[in-house]
Amino acid sequence: MSYLAAIKPLIRKSRENKTIVVCSSILLLIAAVALIGPLLSPHHYANTDFENRFMLPSARDWHLFGTDDLGRDLFVRTLLGVKITLFVAIIASCVSLGIGVAYGAIAGYVGGKVDAIMMRAVDALYAMPFIFFVILLMVVFERNFLLIFVAIGAINWLDMARIVRGQTLSLKQREFVDAARLIGVSTPGIILRHITPNLLGVVVVYMTLTIPQAILVESFLSFLGLGVQEPQTSLGALVNGGVSNMEGAPWLLLIPAMVLALVLLCFNFLGDGLRDVTDPKKKS
Amino acid sequence: MLRYALWRIFGAIPTLLLVIALAFLMVHAAPGGPFDAERVLPPEIEENIARAYHLDESLPQQFFRYLGGLVHGDLGPSYRYRDYSVSELIGNALPVSMQLGVLAMLLAIVAGIAAGLTAALSKNSYIDRLVTGIAMTGISVPVFVVAPVMILVFAVYLHWLPASWTGGTSISRLILPVVTLALPQIAYIARLTRASMIGVLSSDYVRTARAQGLKTFSIIRYHALKPAMLPLLSYMGPAIAGILTGSVVVEEIFGIPGIGQFFIRGALNRDYTLVLGIVICYATLLILLNLVVDLLYGILDPRIRSR
Amino acid sequence: MDELARRMNHGLPFIKCLSLQRPGILACIVILLFGCGGAQDAQRESVLNRGLGAEPESLDTHKARTNQAGDVQRDLGEGLSGYTADGQLELAAAERVEVSEDGLQYTFWLRPEGSWSNGDSVTAQDFVFSFRRLVNPATAAFYAQQSLGDVVNATEIIAGKKPVDVLAVEAIDDLQLKITLNNAVPYFLALLTHPSTFPMHRPSIEAHGDAHARPGNLISNGAYKLQAWEVGSYIEIVRNEHYRNNDKTAIDRVRHHITPEDAAELNRYRAGELDITFSVPSEAFQQMRRERPNELRVSPFLAVYYYGFNLTKPPFRDNPKLRQALSMAIDRETLTEKVTARGEAPAYGWVPPGTNNYEPRQFLYANLSRDERHRKARGLYREAGFSEDKPFSVEIRYNTSQAHRRIALAVQSMWQEVLGVESTLINEEGQVLLQNIRMQDVTQVFRLSWTGDYNDANTFLGIMESDNPSNLTGFRNDEYDGLMDKAAIQTDPGVRQVYLEEAEKLLLSEHPVIPLYFYVNKNMVSPRVHGWEDNVLNYHYSQHLSLSDTD
Repeated sequence: MSYLAAIKPLIRKSRENKTIVVCSSILLLIAAVALIGPLLSPHHYANTDFENRFMLPSARDWHLFGTDDLGRDLFVRTLLGVKITLFVAIIASCVSLGIGVAYGAIAGYVGGKVDAIMMRAVDALYAMPFIFFVILLMVVFERNFLLIFVAIGAINWLDMARIVRGQTLSLKQREFVDAARLIGVSTPGIILRHITPNLLGVVVVYMTLTIPQAILVESFLSFLGLGVQEPQTSLGALVNGGVSNMEGAPWLLLIPAMVLALVLLCFNFLGDGLRDVTDPKKKS
Repeated sequence: MLRYALWRIFGAIPTLLLVIALAFLMVHAAPGGPFDAERVLPPEIEENIARAYHLDESLPQQFFRYLGGLVHGDLGPSYRYRDYSVSELIGNALPVSMQLGVLAMLLAIVAGIAAGLTAALSKNSYIDRLVTGIAMTGISVPVFVVAPVMILVFAVYLHWLPASWTGGTSISRLILPVVTLALPQIAYIARLTRASMIGVLSSDYVRTARAQGLKTFSIIRYHALKPAMLPLLSYMGPAIAGILTGSVVVEEIFGIPGIGQFFIRGALNRDYTLVLGIVICYATLLILLNLVVDLLYGILDPRIRSR
Repeated sequence: MDELARRMNHGLPFIKCLSLQRPGILACIVILLFGCGGAQDAQRESVLNRGLGAEPESLDTHKARTNQAGDVQRDLGEGLSGYTADGQLELAAAERVEVSEDGLQYTFWLRPEGSWSNGDSVTAQDFVFSFRRLVNPATAAFYAQQSLGDVVNATEIIAGKKPVDVLAVEAIDDLQLKITLNNAVPYFLALLTHPSTFPMHRPSIEAHGDAHARPGNLISNGAYKLQAWEVGSYIEIVRNEHYRNNDKTAIDRVRHHITPEDAAELNRYRAGELDITFSVPSEAFQQMRRERPNELRVSPFLAVYYYGFNLTKPPFRDNPKLRQALSMAIDRETLTEKVTARGEAPAYGWVPPGTNNYEPRQFLYANLSRDERHRKARGLYREAGFSEDKPFSVEIRYNTSQAHRRIALAVQSMWQEVLGVESTLINEEGQVLLQNIRMQDVTQVFRLSWTGDYNDANTFLGIMESDNPSNLTGFRNDEYDGLMDKAAIQTDPGVRQVYLEEAEKLLLSEHPVIPLYFYVNKNMVSPRVHGWEDNVLNYHYSQHLSLSDTD
């Protein structure tokens, strides 16, 4: 079964599901605004303006969301925050996806002793207090932007591996796999061309759950001062900054927090919808 | 069952060693040492300090010295809190964190299940949407936003609850942290329960029971509840991990002298021994708790029990 | 321990003796009354709740070095000298001192009424014991060199080259102490206010060893004794009845709360849980000024916030014009008025105002108008070889904090506007930054601050000498060293002041650092606290404070 054949029915069913349509539209809209918005506004996200700090949101001067404690425009910074947050989250999820799928598929397909050892290792890794290792990693590697993705991705792949392994085990028994083996396709070939396309459903659902997790982890790192660096920002960093100015300038908290909440909710509901679409009987 | 448990615990020892070794390497790899400060010390004093804390030995030497102490139950002296040993610090902090975590978990389970059941039973009605909506705030608003807002409203403005760990009685000071910590888990559990309950309620044997004329309450109590709770059990592992992570933030914000706060201080101060001690503590806890969850799953799910 | 449980414990004895008698309801009423009475006794005790800041690393005066540790230690113990409530130097454990003509011999007579918290008398031998322990290499004390480094043989002992008992400190009798120095140190009495020079109770240390600084073990000679230490939460001290000045101590019990984060601390203050805060977050500053102007205390503090240059490598090595241009391009007024906005003073010099016996110097360009200053800066920038087409790029490093971030962003934007400099901001975690600064490898411009250890210009000028380990920029200037050496041996304070001021003038003209502003103390002090006097060292001994029961 090719990748295309696996995707088509999913797309068809998704278009009929209301939740999926609404949520993905909202997300796409947010992403679009994040990309185009900065082009419309005359402000740059790093421009400080000490004369106009803490301005309320207003249509005047294109400060749609007001300004922050250094006079920087919040609208442009929020859009930047969205961009970076989504970027980090998607990349981190892809990292954990890549590791998880590869690991789980190999363990499930090869089976036997190899599977047993690999899964034992996963059990072992479950015991690692990952969040602590992430903190230590960030402290050790001085907040290299790339490492944020790696660290976040490294937390999440375990669940993915387990699920993928389970799926692979059941897929292994199917006829098309036997057929491929008869023809003489190599093991890696089977895994790549026959097993993984069928994992698409599970994988997509999981992605929509890992992404919000990754977003929250990045916010947590910003809270500790270990996240994205100035003058760039993420939704988490904006929200953190907003908390310190809660009483004096509430919009600095409310606006990024609402955007963050919207993004998180959309991903969560999207995941629910996708789960309905891919697995109407099983609800795990 | 017992054999399985023992086997798991035994298998956990190499994991622990791996965890310790990794943590040890990482903390020592971090730039900066425990005694760095803006005030640079004269070289003779730096040497004295290095000698007193064995920092002048090679890394493998320090590692084995640490393991040796571990076998005797000695987690070493704290490099930062110089009057105390790590065991004492953890001994004081662990009960605090456990109290917080357990209460939050209980609240999350009770409130989450209640919310989920309510929503499931009145599926797609206003109540369902309302309850689900409120529950959703738990996962869409991060803890470090909820906590300061709660403190501002309930402590600073209303003066109903204390703003910190030392500001009130042993009961009142727990309310805000526990609620804040439980919120994200309430959301997940509510959703899980709702989805799971809806699934069970529409299953064949429940429909049969209903056709036979059983009241809704009896159906839930005797037929639906147990199977609906099963998926919840498999979420317990991640839930515990979630409480663990969340507790770090909550402890920091409320000034609670728990494990999470000590870990952050330890990591930032390069308090090697403290960090290692806490990592070991947590890893052990996680292993034990995961074991308990697995055992419970085995007990409660009749399909597995026959294994 | 539970507040409730403690109050119950007070009432117990009364309940016990009442139950021996018969009366039924009467007994209950009496129990209730006396039970409450017990609690009220506890309430008549005056309790002060202060924010301490970060947790002290130790209460052993030889093993700690943070200001926070010092704050608690100053309540617990007392050295030969100390400070009054408004920051004047005074004798404390000593009642009289005689200094020899050449400034090398100090003889102290201790107060005969000086007492430890267990009733023992404070003797000269206690000081000798403490000083020897301080310089003993096995103690690995941080302040050994700074506090006693000028005492004969001290440096050699610290390096392990001589045995401890040749330290030139001797107890002539129980109440007389003699200290001999290598050279005259005009601020020696100020050094003796530091907790590392407090006496130590020998029997406790011999009995408890490293655990002597814990509640139940610690014997102190100051106004308070250690009652409890809940690590991560608070340190509680109670009145030391044996203290020589005990009848002047008004407050019975003080809780030093650990408050590492200023925003959370302010919440606690506003909720009524703290009477004094350690700091005030800049975000809330204006609001507090509006809402609680009488509780907000702001005053100059002996500390400077600066950007240092790495002078050991290009581009800043041998490039004074570039350094000066960068220094001139910064608008310090904007920084202090708009960015930090807590009443800090812009710094055009190195030594903060308010330093004893000193008139701080300023940059030569301090009085130029803003436009002129910018013009001159651009000129120097061009002479240094840069221009709009050939801009200078630099990395600014600072440690994680909202405040540092804001200043760095402001500086970045000022350098961009005035000179066209392209700067990259690098936010590093505290320990990481310190190590990078020390290794002098990757750093170019870095953010630091320096706090005076004692009220004398030497604590600021000294770190710029080439042999000082705290010289983090790599500044080396023979003329400067020469002036500082001359000042060090000078016994006439007037002449000494001239040398020091000359040294600072030279320092400023070389621009090894960019001082940005001088710190201010900022605390919230509740109206029920009396006796708080602003002082430049920010020492507020609990024994000088009192509470009025307005609530």
